[in-house]
Amino acid sequence: MAQLFTYLLHKDGELDDSAMELLAAARKIDAGANPTAIVVGAPDGLDDVCAKAAAGYAEVWKVASEALAYPDAEITRKILVNILPADSIVLLSHEHFAMDMAPGLSVKLDAAFAADVVDIEGADGNTLKLVRQAYGGAVSAHVACDASGGAVLTVRPGVFAADETAVGGAVVDKSGEAGDTATQRKFLEVVAAEVGDVDITKSEVLVSIGRGVEDEDNIEIAFDLAKAMGADVSCSRPIVDAKWMPKARQVGTSGQTVKPKVYLACGISGSFQHMGGIKGNPFIVAINKNAKAPIFQVADVGIVEDILDFLPDLTEKIEEG
Amino acid sequence: MEILVCVKRVPDTSENEIELNSAGNDIDRDDLVYSVNEWDNYAVEEALQIVDKVGGSVTVVTVGDDESEEVLRREMAMGADKGILLSDDAFEGADGRAIAAILKAAVDKGSYDLILTGAQADDGAAQVGGMLAAMLDVPYASLVNTIDVDGDKITVGREIEGGNQEMHEIALPCVLSIQTGINEPRYVGIRGIRKVASVEIPTLGAGDLGLDAGAVAPKVKRLDYFLPDMGDGAEMLEGDTDEIIEKLMELLKAKGGLK
Ligand SMILES: Cc1cc2nc3c(=O)[nH]c(=O)nc-3n(C[C@H](O)[C@H](O)[C@H](O)COP(=O)(O)OP(=O)(O)OC[C@H]3O[C@@H](n4cnc5c(N)ncnc54)[C@H](O)[C@@H]3O)c2cc1C
Ligand SMILES: Nc1ncnc2c1ncn2[C@@H]1O[C@H](COP(=O)(O)O)[C@@H](O)[C@H]1O
Repeated sequence: MAQLFTYLLHKDGELDDSAMELLAAARKIDAGANPTAIVVGAPDGLDDVCAKAAAGYAEVWKVASEALAYPDAEITRKILVNILPADSIVLLSHEHFAMDMAPGLSVKLDAAFAADVVDIEGADGNTLKLVRQAYGGAVSAHVACDASGGAVLTVRPGVFAADETAVGGAVVDKSGEAGDTATQRKFLEVVAAEVGDVDITKSEVLVSIGRGVEDEDNIEIAFDLAKAMGADVSCSRPIVDAKWMPKARQVGTSGQTVKPKVYLACGISGSFQHMGGIKGNPFIVAINKNAKAPIFQVADVGIVEDILDFLPDLTEKIEEG
Repeated sequence: MEILVCVKRVPDTSENEIELNSAGNDIDRDDLVYSVNEWDNYAVEEALQIVDKVGGSVTVVTVGDDESEEVLRREMAMGADKGILLSDDAFEGADGRAIAAILKAAVDKGSYDLILTGAQADDGAAQVGGMLAAMLDVPYASLVNTIDVDGDKITVGREIEGGNQEMHEIALPCVLSIQTGINEPRYVGIRGIRKVASVEIPTLGAGDLGLDAGAVAPKVKRLDYFLPDMGDGAEMLEGDTDEIIEKLMELLKAKGGLK
């Protein structure tokens, strides 16, 4: 079996939640495996992060570089190409950093690439049997990945329960092998998101609308319902892309993370990027005219109705009391 | 500025309910409505807006079968100057890496300053752009939601978590993957489509591109499609609308969703 590695994200001295999920994922490839974690970053505070990683990983490779005051994907890719042995299998968390770095990494390593893996059924020799989704989660697919020349896998956050087995591993300093970190892309700054009129991250009850609302003029049915319920209105990404609602109202991985008690998803299909922004295990009601919409897999209560009729009816009944 | 935009023909998930076929090993492909991948429309619109500002031309390219020509024509109706279809029986079963290798061969036959892809396509891989950049050995930025061109330097914004944006200066030539919402793609009317209906679209095969079987051999193969075990799934409220509303209001009251 090839050597297994995980690439760990960290921020402000804390490991990302995915750190020990990736350990669990690696052990789905090989139950007895002790994968090596790779922690890359600016020298300041990096030892502390490595120590946290070593709580779960038998071995942690540390690469400290002044060039990485900000975690830049182009620089990190060069470093990984320099330090990884031939034919390695590397696991990363499928979010914006991996989307930036991992596909190119697989090419530079001449390794296979599988993105957004949601389950791992195991390895048969050098062939990994993986599960992915397609068409916004409407169907799943078994995928055979030829890892004989190595593989880069990005794993969907939250699908593997973190492996909390403590090992107390060792940190190995690989900083000397990082090599040349010059790139043709220069990080400038992070521009913070605009603050909106309503802070949906504080809302207890959210009426959330998606592409099913069909037209800008229909958005008022959500506001009417929210008013009757004493709720706030949030939305999925296509509503923001169409400029029908401000970005500050978008729920999801590239929008806000909300923690309401009750979440009413109206005309939302239930993509993982949308659901990834809903935390705290709220009571989720999904209203969708397609009985097979993926959201019905994750909602608590499902209603198959046309929201353009149903929401006004519901509003009326609530107003009647 | 010479811009190449990679586009893909995909089943339109807002027009179809994607379901398994009766054998349960593939999606039901009868009567599927296809369109251009949502993200790719934003990429073409962005290319057109850049060329409007600084001059140049926009070429759209796709790897696909004969029917994929229709998405090239659609993007040409939007305003793209040229279309190129990359098609060969040898490309069947191509994985993302093979698609990128085929696109690279096409890029090498031209001279482009900027190459745009969509952030992701129908199977959510988000891989082709980054692979293409690595094969071309040019810089890459994914999930781009602003582009500002200034001479041969461009400044791009990448969308990261929480609606924040990561700004980079990037050298040309480069590959960028475009995120939805970067612009408002223009409407394409029947007249626009008619205007480009007879424009010649060259088709290049493996031989034209100098690709042998090894270059497009997939390392990743889809074995089947299936419906995952839904677990418990949602409790579905049934009955007529009044009954459903009554049940829902009770539940909402119990859970603190109604004051
Ligand atoms: C990197 C990245 C980050 C992303 N971040 C986010 C994010 O933060 N938030 C987010 O939401 N998305 C995000 N997305 C997009 C995400 O992948 C989905 O495309 C998006 O969530 C789909 O939104 P939707 O459910 O509203 O639309 P669709 O998937 O089009 O679903 C619309 C639903 O409405 C139903 N419907 C249609 N008409 C009606 C009607 N009249 N009545 C009832 N139901 C109806 C349909 O059956 C369908 O299920 C991101 C994507 C990428 C690549
Ligand atoms: N067959 C194809 N032909 C041309 N471009 C493609 C093809 N497949 C994917 N792409 C490009 O790569 C982007 C990302 O797709 P993917 O990596 O498959 O998620 C798409 O938005 C297209 O720009």
